[in-house]
Amino acid sequence: MTEPATPDAEPDEGDGGGRTDRAERPDEADAEPTDEPTADAAAARAEAATRSPGTGANAVIAALEAAGVETAFGVQGGAIMPVYDALSASSIHHVTMAHEQGAVHAADAYGIVRGDPGVCMATSGPGATNLVTGIADASMDSDAMLALTGQVPSDMVGSDAFQETDTVGVTAPITKHNYFASDSDDVGRTVGEAFALAGTGRPGPTLVDLPKDVTFGETDRPVGEPAAPDRAIPDAEADDRQVEEAASAIQRAERPLCLFGGGVIKGDATEEARAFAREFGIPVVTTMPGIGSFPEDEDLCLSWAGMHGTGYANMAITHTDCLIAVGTRFDDRLTGGVDTFAPEAEVVHVDIDPAEISKNVHADYPVIGDAATVLDQLDAAIGYADAPDTAAWREQCAAWREQYPMDYAIDPDEPVKPQFVVEAFDAAMDDDAYVTTGVGQHQMWAAQYWTYREPRTFVSSHGLGTMGYGLPAAIGARVAADDDRQVISFEGDGSFLMTIQELSVAVRENLDVTIVVLNNEYIGMVRQWQDAFFEGNHMASQYDWMPEFDTLAEAFGAKGFRIDEYDDVEGVVEEALAYDGPSVVDAHIDPEENVYPMVASGAANGQFALAEDQL
Amino acid sequence: MSERTEGDRSEEETERSAGAPTTDGGTDHPAESPVAEHARPAGGDAPETGLAGPTPDERPHPTGRRDEHGVRKEPDHGPEPTRRATVSALVEDEPGVLARAAGLFRRRQFNIESLTVGPTTVEGHSRITLVVEETEAGIEQAKKQLAKLTPVIAVGELSGDAVAAELVLLKVRGEEPDKVHAITSMYDGQTLDAGPRTITVQITGDENTIDDAIDAFDQFGIIEIARTGQTALERGDSPTTPGEEPGHSAGETDDDEFTNYDD
Ligand SMILES: Cc1ncc(C[n+]2csc(CCOP(=O)(O)OP(=O)(O)O)c2C)c(N)n1
Repeated sequence: MTEPATPDAEPDEGDGGGRTDRAERPDEADAEPTDEPTADAAAARAEAATRSPGTGANAVIAALEAAGVETAFGVQGGAIMPVYDALSASSIHHVTMAHEQGAVHAADAYGIVRGDPGVCMATSGPGATNLVTGIADASMDSDAMLALTGQVPSDMVGSDAFQETDTVGVTAPITKHNYFASDSDDVGRTVGEAFALAGTGRPGPTLVDLPKDVTFGETDRPVGEPAAPDRAIPDAEADDRQVEEAASAIQRAERPLCLFGGGVIKGDATEEARAFAREFGIPVVTTMPGIGSFPEDEDLCLSWAGMHGTGYANMAITHTDCLIAVGTRFDDRLTGGVDTFAPEAEVVHVDIDPAEISKNVHADYPVIGDAATVLDQLDAAIGYADAPDTAAWREQCAAWREQYPMDYAIDPDEPVKPQFVVEAFDAAMDDDAYVTTGVGQHQMWAAQYWTYREPRTFVSSHGLGTMGYGLPAAIGARVAADDDRQVISFEGDGSFLMTIQELSVAVRENLDVTIVVLNNEYIGMVRQWQDAFFEGNHMASQYDWMPEFDTLAEAFGAKGFRIDEYDDVEGVVEEALAYDGPSVVDAHIDPEENVYPMVASGAANGQFALAEDQL
Repeated sequence: MSERTEGDRSEEETERSAGAPTTDGGTDHPAESPVAEHARPAGGDAPETGLAGPTPDERPHPTGRRDEHGVRKEPDHGPEPTRRATVSALVEDEPGVLARAAGLFRRRQFNIESLTVGPTTVEGHSRITLVVEETEAGIEQAKKQLAKLTPVIAVGELSGDAVAAELVLLKVRGEEPDKVHAITSMYDGQTLDAGPRTITVQITGDENTIDDAIDAFDQFGIIEIARTGQTALERGDSPTTPGEEPGHSAGETDDDEFTNYDD
């Protein structure tokens, strides 16, 4: 895992989207986002796996080294001190964060960008509980992550000792699996297993709780190679009969639609997904976590569907007769009311996790397996017979795209529209820049008005919707990404204030990130709902006590910019991007601007509102 | 592998009839507004707030419907029936495994009727037996979620033919010991404690037997009751959870002696 994920190769689409010949495609090993480790790195990992650690804490670090971990994010504290002490002798880079929530989100984003579990560390009690939000966040989004928490000595566990929390109990429902280390001899192997398990099959967060006596304790047992339990490793290939049945359903379809979820990205199946849709000319919608799985500037792509998805994506979902859903869990923000979701479609559901099949939406054709492998299987199965004829359907989708354009009104004398700010940064930045966000209206505008072309570039809190995610995620993405990839975070004023202390970390580490606060002096998404559903009663949503974020940024040692009117935008964009270090753009936007389209919660996707009076 | 490209395809196919929605509305309408490359200027026929485009009522509507499990249905379908299922999970015998299983069921709101746990013939393995009352989809989901827990080795749903039993302790008033004893014998039970004021008996059997026994003892006035909940095994040669290795009789410890049910 020494190299960060490389973006998918440019699509070969001079002829309108022909797929690369299978024989010409890079072989499995090369196609992995993580290139072959260098000989040195491999040797270092092998050494870590076989050396005699000396103490439990050294074993923990050796396990991380054997797993190829390069960076960890965390905060020190009493119960985790032995581990930090051991870490000082390691080549692993530790990024000290201002708050454990910063550490967990940074590790989460780091993992998303790298395609390998991110690692965060915290002490017992309050340190561990401060990780909880971020662990829950990672769990909802199936992000591979390893959390290491200190714990009071084993003989004090259960006595309500100073800074004791039942971390394993608290995090059991929000981890893929968690462990209580009870033996210095086993702790290294356990940490390795937890790391491997986090990234195996359907990814997710794992946690190892480390009592102080276990990390202090002596051990000479080498940690070995990290390995997930055999049982936890699912088959990549789907059952042939399932594939055949799904393939014939797709062949029969007149209005097939691909729905690519976050699993396409997590499963490194972007290349296969793109090839599949292009080969058969099947229009594509994504979920929000699936953003970047298909280039949004390609004709086949209708962008993302769901509550604030495009009108055309939601029309396509409403009228498709065969939904080819890959790596999605049919979240209610996507489906609206299940009773009206894709009501005419037979559903083909591809997922690595059998429990996702028919959890929320019944799958007529379940196909259980690794997304990349299954898409190749499906492709082959359809290729031998007649592919569906999608010309008329594609025309219909194109017509919807014209009927429901994503745009907004500009008045030069009025406050700046947030969409304009997003588009201005998009125009000025590279196609493969990483975008992180907080949660709220700004998150939706960042998702709607930025054109994503590459996987792993939209780094956001989807399932949990965690305000405060954006800045620490930008830090994690920045640390993970190649130097030549840009990182920008769109924040709301409310979201930014929740983890603003991490600005000190960005300054200390001199991270080149641009933070754009779409400042409406409201917690705007709440205000939008209050206007729509609570007669405009702005209870606790008006934030007109916000600090001057540009000035505050300077106090932290970052560079501050401010946008008040349209004339400011171009210059600020240029200067903020040119600044080599953390910069904060306090963009004062139209406080009344709302996010549309909008599907009211539980409503039908095709009933999206284009304005408040349609809700 | 087809060498056709999208470009080739669209030419030959544009003549085919539209597979698009047949309901009234959008399909045949010409585009109302161009795709916005850039923001539109304020004013003109744009709405005051929000986006342009046909309103919800002007759009074609699908006629289909799904039920609460996302299954395509007639619009006026009734509520899904529920049934009782006995689920057996073979688990690694590690601390917290019962809490994980129970927590899972609570968190996902599965309607759990009873839960029992105990060791198996294989050292380090335990069996959890759960009785749930759920819709068909709910039962499937419960089994899959249980199977996902890392310490869970295998999950099976028991057939109607399975052997199931439960134990109940009943403490009844002791005024009529002979009558109590007669009923205890009738249910092949045992008297565990008999005093001047109370008698405590133990009955085992399938669920119906236990229910009947409780009814029968009711006449004496039941003071306290403790039921274990059902535990169950598949009948005959069928493994209780898929792939489960049979244990061995006492004395046989050699691994080679293990045979698989499938052998
Ligand atoms: C931690 C947390 N608390 C509360 C919420 C509920 N919530 C969702 S959106 C939102 C408003 C966000 O406001 P802001 O960050 O200013 O963004 P805006 O919507 O104004 O762009 C709130 C409070 C949440 N998602 N996360």
